[in-house]
Amino acid sequence: MLLVQFLLLSSLLFCIGIYGVLARKNGVMVLMSIELILNAVNINLVAFGTMTSNIAGEVFALFVIAIAAAEVGVGLAIVLLIFRNKNSVDLSSIDSMKG
Amino acid sequence: MVAQNVFFGIIALIMIYSALKVVTTKNVVHAALWLVALLAGVAGQFLLLGAEFVGVTQILVYIGAVVVLLLFGVMLTKASLGDEADLNMPNKTIPAVIATLMFGVMSYALIDTFRDAELPRESVTNAAAVSDSIFADYIVPFEAVSVLLLAALIGAVVVARKE
Repeated sequence: MLLVQFLLLSSLLFCIGIYGVLARKNGVMVLMSIELILNAVNINLVAFGTMTSNIAGEVFALFVIAIAAAEVGVGLAIVLLIFRNKNSVDLSSIDSMKG
Repeated sequence: MVAQNVFFGIIALIMIYSALKVVTTKNVVHAALWLVALLAGVAGQFLLLGAEFVGVTQILVYIGAVVVLLLFGVMLTKASLGDEADLNMPNKTIPAVIATLMFGVMSYALIDTFRDAELPRESVTNAAAVSDSIFADYIVPFEAVSVLLLAALIGAVVVARKE
């Protein structure tokens, strides 16, 4: 297997995630797109770890998984708070800090 | 080697289709279910790369916990279970152009740099090696992640509870 096939797959996932973050309006959908981006990074870490026969790539992928779990927990709490205050999770309606 | 490449192709096609579905489908619950297919595909790629512990952790943490959490989020924000028209920004062209440009630049740079890099054939790492590394070289980051998870837990409870 070539290294570049994994790198291309992960960069494609990353770009689809970027599209999702920019094009979605629902807060939960944006969180899902962020999960896509984090998974793309994980594929990169593990692929380079395998390439260089270095265990650090896998260890860092595990750290990223743990931090992603923490991130989605706090993110959903914030989305719930927004929903409670505005009765919608429409991100384009959150503009109270706009100058 | 050929079998690995065939399985890589099959899993990659499933992953790309599910990823596109996650960002384009009009139904929030369907998006979460496509996300399950995508995360399972990522776990399959980890197994193909010989990272069995990361692959199993991916299934346990992502499919077992994160997707359930996202579905709770869908439920608690009272998203309708059917199709929703008002899920996307009005202008989708600019995000599409940005994502395509980024993919173009990144794929050009990656192919230019790693064109001939071949992955080693026998590269399965067992869980014992991973745990040795975590508890010897990376013990301080590991403890920091433990504290971070506790802080995130308390923070989520504090943010989301009613006054």
